[in-house]
Amino acid sequence: MSLLLKNVTKRFGKHTAVNNLSLAIPENEMFGFLGGNGAGKTTTFRMILGLLDRSSGEITWNGEAIDYEKSNIIGYLPEERGLYPKLKVKEQIVYLARLRGMGKREAETELNKWLERFKVPEYLNQKVEELSKGNQQKIQFISAVIHKPKLLILDEPFSGLDPINVEMLKEAVIDLKNNGTSIVFSSHRMEHVEELCEHLCILQKGNPVVQGSLREIKRSFGKKNLVIHADMSLDFLKDFPGVVLYKQTSEGCVLQISSEEVSQEILTRIQGKGFIRKFDLVEPSLNDIFIEKVGAAYE
Amino acid sequence: MNKFWIIASHTYLSRLKTKMFYISTILVLAFIMLMANFDSIIESFSGEGEHEIAVIDESEGLYDTLESSVADKDWEITQLTSSIEDAKQAVINEEYSALVTLHVDENGLPEATFYANNITDSQLVSDVQQSLQQLKVRIATEQLGIEQAQIMDIFSPIPFEKISLDSNSKSEEELNQARGIVYVMLMLLYIAVLMYGNLIATDVATEKSSRVMEILVSSVSPVTHMFAKILGIALLGMTQVAIFILVGFAMLQSRKSEVGGMLESFGLENISTTLILYGVLFFLLGYLLYATLAAMLGSIVSRVEEVNQVIIPMTFLIVIAFLLSMFGMGVPDSTVVTIGSYIPFFTPMLMFVRVGLLDIAMWEVLLSVGIMVATILLFAFIGAKVYRGGVLLYDKSTSFKDIKKALQLTKKG
Repeated sequence: MSLLLKNVTKRFGKHTAVNNLSLAIPENEMFGFLGGNGAGKTTTFRMILGLLDRSSGEITWNGEAIDYEKSNIIGYLPEERGLYPKLKVKEQIVYLARLRGMGKREAETELNKWLERFKVPEYLNQKVEELSKGNQQKIQFISAVIHKPKLLILDEPFSGLDPINVEMLKEAVIDLKNNGTSIVFSSHRMEHVEELCEHLCILQKGNPVVQGSLREIKRSFGKKNLVIHADMSLDFLKDFPGVVLYKQTSEGCVLQISSEEVSQEILTRIQGKGFIRKFDLVEPSLNDIFIEKVGAAYE
Repeated sequence: MNKFWIIASHTYLSRLKTKMFYISTILVLAFIMLMANFDSIIESFSGEGEHEIAVIDESEGLYDTLESSVADKDWEITQLTSSIEDAKQAVINEEYSALVTLHVDENGLPEATFYANNITDSQLVSDVQQSLQQLKVRIATEQLGIEQAQIMDIFSPIPFEKISLDSNSKSEEELNQARGIVYVMLMLLYIAVLMYGNLIATDVATEKSSRVMEILVSSVSPVTHMFAKILGIALLGMTQVAIFILVGFAMLQSRKSEVGGMLESFGLENISTTLILYGVLFFLLGYLLYATLAAMLGSIVSRVEEVNQVIIPMTFLIVIAFLLSMFGMGVPDSTVVTIGSYIPFFTPMLMFVRVGLLDIAMWEVLLSVGIMVATILLFAFIGAKVYRGGVLLYDKSTSFKDIKKALQLTKKG
């Protein structure tokens, strides 16, 4: 067990930003934080980092409180990207790395490795303000991971990047995880969380509405999705008992059903009515769960 | 290296490399050089030393006596024999700077009239007048049969010594010295607080508005960051002031013969060590107090452009302190100065004026220093709290209510 949040609450005056959040984030894992705007993700991160004091509850890393003595093993990519616009990439990263306890030489070597990896070695002596936003983000990412943190907090790491860069960053994140870094990250993109995380937590207005391992969450959600491609009209399935949602697609329909048994009843019902090209029972997507739990479509 | 020093040296070095630093240093240096060479510059413009004055002697022999007495002046006289009207025309045509006509009254004493295109060059007028005065004295005394040596006796200044009976007050010589040092230190503190206070606030606001602050304060505590910043800018200020003092000193050394008198009148020849130490002490305390205030104010704004707006109250304080201390230079024992010297914002200037110009009891100095230190600690404490919340606070408009908001952010409630 590494990062532990126990009954953490944060109130700003009368407003409760995070309410009674308890989390266990295992070592060597990627933990996903989901939630709409103002759900309390950034506030939680700031509490983990000690930038904000919690109103009550406890946050520990390997059983110890997190304070500035631990700042050398923590990496942070804030949601609002921030670098010195007038400083060169090298000066900037070396300065930030030294503030995380790195030596100057070591920081320079690591920086060169990262720039090579992100295929932008020519930025070493450029001012940050001269770089495109996406490239600034790569630099920002390097500043968060250059000191090989044990605990890495990424607030919306992939927002504003093109798909190629998203892949590049994802790979880097996975490598870090495999090298022993525990990673907590928040994202708007369900598929990123689904792809990268073993455990996750969905926050809504400061309350954890879903949490646990991805597989558990999907299993306990109960509902399944059923994809049917067929040549005849499937309209009548709308009112079929056990069908929660009906969505017409170009080749047939996608149904959300209350349990997997319903799929068998549907199968017998449509058999012989026409040509069925596809009948596929699939796990619900995180997006379905999110929409159901948070109660509103997100993105 | 510890993180405090990493931030301090980063602040120092990155500021040292900016164009602003070079420009402001060069500007002030240019100003120092201009001031140091002010007299020679004025001279070269006004073309002094080329004055030629036409003299028409309507008496007998006055010109010769005058000529011998003005030999070492930086203007020359030429005797004309033409008519006054012609001579006036020559002055109008700028062949001569001026025309002086000499005649003798019924007692045989000289009288003169001075003609010039304009009489704004009062230096020349009074110089000529003085020479003629000497001429008159010489002739008058000769008529009375008094020896030159006796005249010297008559005109030598009276030995006049000022001694204060109150054993606590300072001697005239000490006072003159002290005034010079106090003046220099007041100017330095005033400029330092205005310039570097602004720099600190701007630096903090820049880091905040570029959002790099959140990364910084997740690496080191805001308190460490704030004081490292204050020290870094202080080092920058010291570098700049050291450059000024060195260049200024070299400048004065090279022209010592000419400006030595000025130095003496400023009391900068033999400086009292105690006073210098007091100066350094009050300077540091003053800088720390205002720097802490500036860092706190810088942390509550969201955009760099708002910095000037929030530091106006601080600027007012320092201007009032400066004006009070200028007033205090004249009347150091007034009640206003005494009371003001215990108000922390004014202490560094007013108490230093009092220490320099009066002989005040040690406990008074210690008390004011104590109050200052306590205030600085209080400000550092509040400042650090505001700073911690302030750097996470991004509001569209900035007001002093933000101090309250920033404090709320750091509360556990």
